[in-house]
Amino acid sequence: MKQQELIPHLFRTEYRKIVSVLCKRFGFDQIEIAEDIAADTFLAASQTWPYKGIPQNPVAWLYFVAKNKAKNHLQRNLVFESKVSEELKRSTDEAYETGIDLSPQNINDSQLQMMFAICQPSIPPEAQIGLSLRILCGFGIEEIADAFLSNKETINKRLFRAKEKLRQENVKIEFPGPAEIDERLGSVLTTLYLLFNEGYYSSSQDTTIRRDLCDEAMRLCTMLVENKLTGKPEVNALLALMYFQASRFNARIDQNGELVLYDDQDTNLWDAELISKGAYFLNCATTGNTLSKYHIQAAIAYWGTQKADTPEKWKNVLQLYNQLLQIEYSPIAALNRTYALSKTAGKEAAIIEAEKLKLSNNHFYYTLLGELYTDIDNGIARQHFQNALTLARTQTDKQIIQRKIDCLA
Amino acid sequence: MRHEDGSKIASPEQMQEWMKQTMDWIGGIAAQNKFVGGTGLLFADAKVVHHNKMVTDGPFGEIKETIGGFITVRAESAEEAAEFAKGCPVLQGEGNTMEVRRTHKNEGGH
Repeated sequence: MKQQELIPHLFRTEYRKIVSVLCKRFGFDQIEIAEDIAADTFLAASQTWPYKGIPQNPVAWLYFVAKNKAKNHLQRNLVFESKVSEELKRSTDEAYETGIDLSPQNINDSQLQMMFAICQPSIPPEAQIGLSLRILCGFGIEEIADAFLSNKETINKRLFRAKEKLRQENVKIEFPGPAEIDERLGSVLTTLYLLFNEGYYSSSQDTTIRRDLCDEAMRLCTMLVENKLTGKPEVNALLALMYFQASRFNARIDQNGELVLYDDQDTNLWDAELISKGAYFLNCATTGNTLSKYHIQAAIAYWGTQKADTPEKWKNVLQLYNQLLQIEYSPIAALNRTYALSKTAGKEAAIIEAEKLKLSNNHFYYTLLGELYTDIDNGIARQHFQNALTLARTQTDKQIIQRKIDCLA
Repeated sequence: MRHEDGSKIASPEQMQEWMKQTMDWIGGIAAQNKFVGGTGLLFADAKVVHHNKMVTDGPFGEIKETIGGFITVRAESAEEAAEFAKGCPVLQGEGNTMEVRRTHKNEGGH
């Protein structure tokens, strides 16, 4: 890897590890200092490597420099607070070194614990995702702003407020106790799920960023799966869901960055390797008695990877949506269920059910009604599509609906 | 859900069909965000404890009518709840009925 690619690459993979380890050592209230030291370390690399050449082991170099900077920081603090701990001041360098543990085990644990620290229900979901992107995924503020279709100031403010809140709550960087872990894991999984969806469904035109968001969500989820404490069935199920969805990533966006609908996708572009990984983790998810919403969504996503449009497929999908809605209602699940119903019971039956949903401020609702009325009453279908067009916000959605109207003519 | 005769034995195919219909019925209510919860009751291994504390097998004595299960929905009125009840596949059995009742703890729940 060339030098100009190496540093950004290492920033993506190592920044979060350094921040997590240092922050765990300093305490969450000092997170900015941990971030500063990590950033300084990369600055030092970019200033030194061009002249002295890339070190033999760049990662070890970064850890060494970060550790020294952290030691200096602790030492400075110690001199400042010397009255408090006379004894420590006299001790050797080792005293500062203890606690800054950059072993693979501690790096891994620190990152997982940081995940739990950030994913607190007390801060809004978009702030949890923002902080995760910054601290756990090494995203720049600008990249986060791009992903959220926002600007740097807004994101900076959002992250600042979130950190303040976490400081006030005296959040610790540690694993929750066994009694709490399931509940806390729920928040972590929600954040990862949203992070993935942000990449998969976001309106950002930047395909690279979108792919990165999905990859990062999958990487964090994989870390949870691999840890004994957190590798629970629902975590495996969420990872399976992500793999199944990600398998279509290349097929659902064309060269112009436009969305390709499921029925129009070139199935040769579906990634068979990712599908089989999804199947593997779905299988891992079946240990134990839990049936979470992620299990059901992963099972639905599995049927999405089956090309053949068989009655079998739609019967199963319908039953899965029936189950999902009982666990957790969402408008999109209600709409998808009705679509599956149209595939098993016919459009007329689905129209009756669809009209009961009353999601009159949702453009997907009118798109579905338009679809169902197409070939039954094209006049009514057109009205529904027009309603959908009025309500749709993104350019991509508007284009898709317009294409459907054009097809009616 | 009240079955006129709970001792009637259904074939596995029939049971599977009812199961599917019940899931579709509940799914339809859940899709309107009006499903709260529900429980189906098994006819096997049932007991009846009588007034004199005598215990007999099965819910079926003189009267074979029995409760097959219940669901809780979020309805605006008893009329709306009754509309939901009309879709229950239990009603395909002649003599079976659905009873709509308001729950005590949640005002507005049926």
